[in-house]
Parts: sequence; C-alpha cells; structure tokens
Amino acid sequence: MKGEVKEVKEVKEVKDRKVESELPGDMGTNWTIESVKAAIAAKKVSARELAAEHFKRIAARNGELNAYLTLSEERAYAQADKIDAAVAAGKALPALAGVPIAVKDVISTRGVRTTCGSKILNNYIPPYDATAVSRLEAAGAVILGKTNCDEFAMGSSNENSAYGPVQNPAAPGTVPGGSSGGSAAAVAADLAVASLGTDTGGSIRQPGAFCGIPAMMGSYGRVSRYGLIAFASSLDRIGPFARNVADVAAVLKVMAGRDPNDSTSTTAPVEDYSAELKKPVKGMKIGIPKEYFGEGMDSGVRGKISAGIELLRKLGCQVMDIQMPHTDYAIATYYIIATAEASSNLARYDGVRYGLREESDTLVATYRKTRGAGFGAEVKRRIVLGTYVLSAGYYDAYYLKGQKVRALIAQDFRNAFQNVDAIVTPTSPVPPFNLGERTNDPLQMYLADIYTVTGSLAGLPGISVPCGKICGKLPVGLQIFGPAFGEARVLQLANAFEEAGGATV
Amino acid sequence: MKISRDDVLRVAELAYLDLTEAELETYRAQVDDILEYIGKLNELDTASVEPMAQVLADDQTADATLREDVVVPCAVAGEILKQAPDPEAPYFRVPKVIER
Repeated sequence: MKGEVKEVKEVKEVKDRKVESELPGDMGTNWTIESVKAAIAAKKVSARELAAEHFKRIAARNGELNAYLTLSEERAYAQADKIDAAVAAGKALPALAGVPIAVKDVISTRGVRTTCGSKILNNYIPPYDATAVSRLEAAGAVILGKTNCDEFAMGSSNENSAYGPVQNPAAPGTVPGGSSGGSAAAVAADLAVASLGTDTGGSIRQPGAFCGIPAMMGSYGRVSRYGLIAFASSLDRIGPFARNVADVAAVLKVMAGRDPNDSTSTTAPVEDYSAELKKPVKGMKIGIPKEYFGEGMDSGVRGKISAGIELLRKLGCQVMDIQMPHTDYAIATYYIIATAEASSNLARYDGVRYGLREESDTLVATYRKTRGAGFGAEVKRRIVLGTYVLSAGYYDAYYLKGQKVRALIAQDFRNAFQNVDAIVTPTSPVPPFNLGERTNDPLQMYLADIYTVTGSLAGLPGISVPCGKICGKLPVGLQIFGPAFGEARVLQLANAFEEAGGATV
Repeated sequence: MKISRDDVLRVAELAYLDLTEAELETYRAQVDDILEYIGKLNELDTASVEPMAQVLADDQTADATLREDVVVPCAVAGEILKQAPDPEAPYFRVPKVIER
C-alpha cells in the first residue's frame, strides 16, 4: 500500500449493532477489570450475570465477526458461581474476580476444544491447562471460550484460519490483523473484557493496533509457555489484549513469573505493574529509530505516529533519534528462524496420537497424507521453507546465518538501551487492509511485519497502544519497546500516553 | 532460481508432507521469492559473530542448577488415549510399518 487510504468497504451487517442488554443502564458494554470488580463487590451485578451478558453479546455478533471458535459456557458458569459464592460469603476477591476473558485457540484449555485454527486439530481436546490459563482462573477470571486465529499462529491477517476470517469490529471490511485476530476482535467488540493472544513476530501487537486496543507481549520468558501449542519456541510469547493499559498490566501480572513446567520461563522477579503504572514519565528518554520510518510506510500511519511522538514530548519525555542499523535484515532473519522452528515443532502432527488421521496403507504414507490434508497453505509453505533452511547443505547458509544476524539485531537494541529508556515506533507500516487484499503474495504479507519482528528476535517486551485513527476510521498503533524485563517502564509510558489522549491524536 | 522442483520434492519427503502438483509449483515459486529476499543477509559479514542460540542470559533461568528429581503423579493416559484416532488401550494403533 503506497501512501493512500483505501476507502473502507461498507459491510452492512458488520456495523456495530446494538445488542439489547439484560443489565440496567449502560452496563452492557465498556467493562474494564476495575469496573467489573467494583460492580461485583457492590453486588450491582453477579459474575454469572456478567458471563451471561457476554454470551448473549457473542450469540448476537459472532456470526458476523467470527471471533470465537468454541465457547466454554459450562466452565465459565462454574467459575462465575464460585466467585458469586465468595461474594456472598464476604470473602476477599482475587485480582480478576469475575472478569470475562477470551483465550486464543493455540493455548491449551483442559476439556475445551483447541484447534490452533487448523483442520488437523479440529477435534482436539487438551487434557491439561496452559499455565497462563490456570493462573488466570486461579485469580478469578471467567474463561468464555477460544478465539479464532491464523492456523498455528502463522499469519498477519487472520485469513489463514481453517475456520474462516475474522472481521475487524473497529473498521468493518478490513482484517483484524493476525495471528491473534479473534482475541483482538473479541475485546474490541465487547465480547470479552480482556483476552489472551500469542506473539511470535507481531501476532499480539499488530492485531491490537488494527483493532484499536492496547496489546502487549512481555519479555521472552516472562510468561510461561507451558500449554502454548508451539510455533517457534525461541520466539513464542503469551500476552494480553484489553480495553486499557491498566487492564493489560493487571492480566500480565497474574500470568508472569517462573513456572517449573517451562524451563525457559525466567526467574527474574515480577514487578507490581499496576502499582508502577502511575509513576511519572517526565524526563524519560525515548529513542526514535530512523530505520523504522523509511519507505513502505503509509503516509496516514506516518502522520499519526508523528502526532503521537509530539504527545510524548508534551508529556515531558526527552525524544531523541537513534540508529538500529540491522533493522532492514530483521524480516529475512525472522522468516528463517521462525520457519525452521515451526518445521520442527509441527513434526508432531502425524495422525497417530491425536487430531486428524488420513489413513493410508503404510505408516509413512499415513503421515504424509494426514499432513497434506490437515495443514493449510501457509503452514505447508512454512514447513517447506523451514525444512529447506535446516536441511543438509543449506543449514550454514540460512539457519546459522539467521542466528548470527539475530545476534546483531539483539545487539542493536542493547546498544540503544545504553542511551534511552524506551524505543518508540509504529506497530505496523500500514493501517488495517481490506479482507482478501493481500492473500496472494506471501512475501508482501511478511514484509509488513517489519516493525514487530525486531523486538521478537531480541526477546524484548513490547506494547502497541492506540494512536489515533486515519480519517477517523482506520486505527493506528504506536509501539513501545523496553529493555529485557522492563515491562513496568513500557506500561508506564503506554499508560501516560493513553491518559494524555493518545487514542485520539 | 534458488530452489528447484526437485528441492521441494526432497524437502516434502523430509517433512512427510504430501503436496499436490499445483501446490508443488506454487510453493516452489513463492519460497523461491522468499529465499531470494533472504539472500540480502549475505550483505552482512558475520564471520566473527556468535550465533544467538538462546534468548535468555544464564542468570535469568533457573536451570543453572538441576531441579530436584521428584515423582509427580500424571494419570492422564486414559484421557490421552481418548484423543487418539485409533486407540487400543494402552496402545495407539497404526498401519503397518514398512521399510522405506
């Protein structure tokens, strides 16, 4: 897309239809964790009523949006009743008591179908919960169901789901971003108060930007990956979408911390993000890497990001230009590392122990037929690429080279953080594009991940916060990177930006 | 051309992945484009760069020491077998295995 804003297609049935609420006044929508907790504690609404209200909204709107793939009503109501019993008994309520949350369908949920957006796992029911999910439930969250996503989280538009695309509730007719498109759309359409996504190369931050809500990945290792069905193990991270930065902080805090079931989960202490949130950002040094403002960037995005940076200046931040010389090599590096790891991780889908089986006369023929029939085009393409870059004779030229350039990209960030506290960039070079507009050219789709994959490769925390809408229609996201385990600082800056009116610059 | 039809066939063989004729040519062309693009990494001299094989520094993981060897009950065999396309407890049944 070169500079111009495409007219947003009017898709009649996707207009933000009013869903009749059972609840009094304006209690149908716009819930935040704080307002949920206050309303439940004051007995203005029960956790069960709030869950029911959300299921009602989902029933009314999911047909058009396709944000949810599976609902977990039984589990949600059982949890809601527990919260309501605690309220009745006058017990202290946990951090996320009664908060309705959606979970991306690549994250395992015991007893609740988990498809990864793939035909190959069409009927898969995990026998255990991901640590992130069990921690949310232990904190009182009500899990509503599983959200649509690109197959095995591979994609940037949610159009690679075997269960159909998701509509962007913030800009009808456009993609919600990907791969966590359903999670972003669910929150943006008030079909959940918060949701979990996963980010391998931008799959939380970019859909957050496209759907106009804050979305964050913590540092690599900050949140346990146990139960996250693997795409690229050295890059995958679980993180939250929510209606505001304070809620992002609250959900991240609940999930963060060492888990013995994931040896790459870090022992670094978890800060109290919510308590840190209000610390002043005046005097904070913000680096703006010029490499993130080159050609290929939509002029509308450029305008909004410039206005966003101006707002940071007004907040008293010290904005300075920095250099990240290896940025231009990040996409090439990412698509070597990510596909190599994917080809290895996806070897487990063999039709033997779970998921689809396409029976053939021998075991090997069954493997091949099952995988050929069960995987979609993007997954097969990445398996081909990933297997190739790891294969004898090409390993050094591609995979090893990729690992070396990854080290250079991580070094760029370490150098930058010698001089600045945070790095600010656009989340995506383009605004939400029309459904179907980019599906024919995978390389072009990959290139649009340019601003997000860098932080993924370096393992750093990053958030996307709403930064205005182009022509009042197409949401733009401002991305903030912090140093490793600098989540609190990233959240502080994002919160200050949001409170200063970042969403309407 | 970076990747040939034979390369794709070899890779599909390694990955146990059936591809149709049409897929074979489509992926070959698309992956070729991507590899062509990836070639830009050769602009960088990385002879003296250590590959980044893991993300976390040693002092950020708990595994500098080994964990205690503790037995944890994990009685999920029945539940797992229920997921299998063709179970025969306590086994997964598969078609005959033939020397390739």
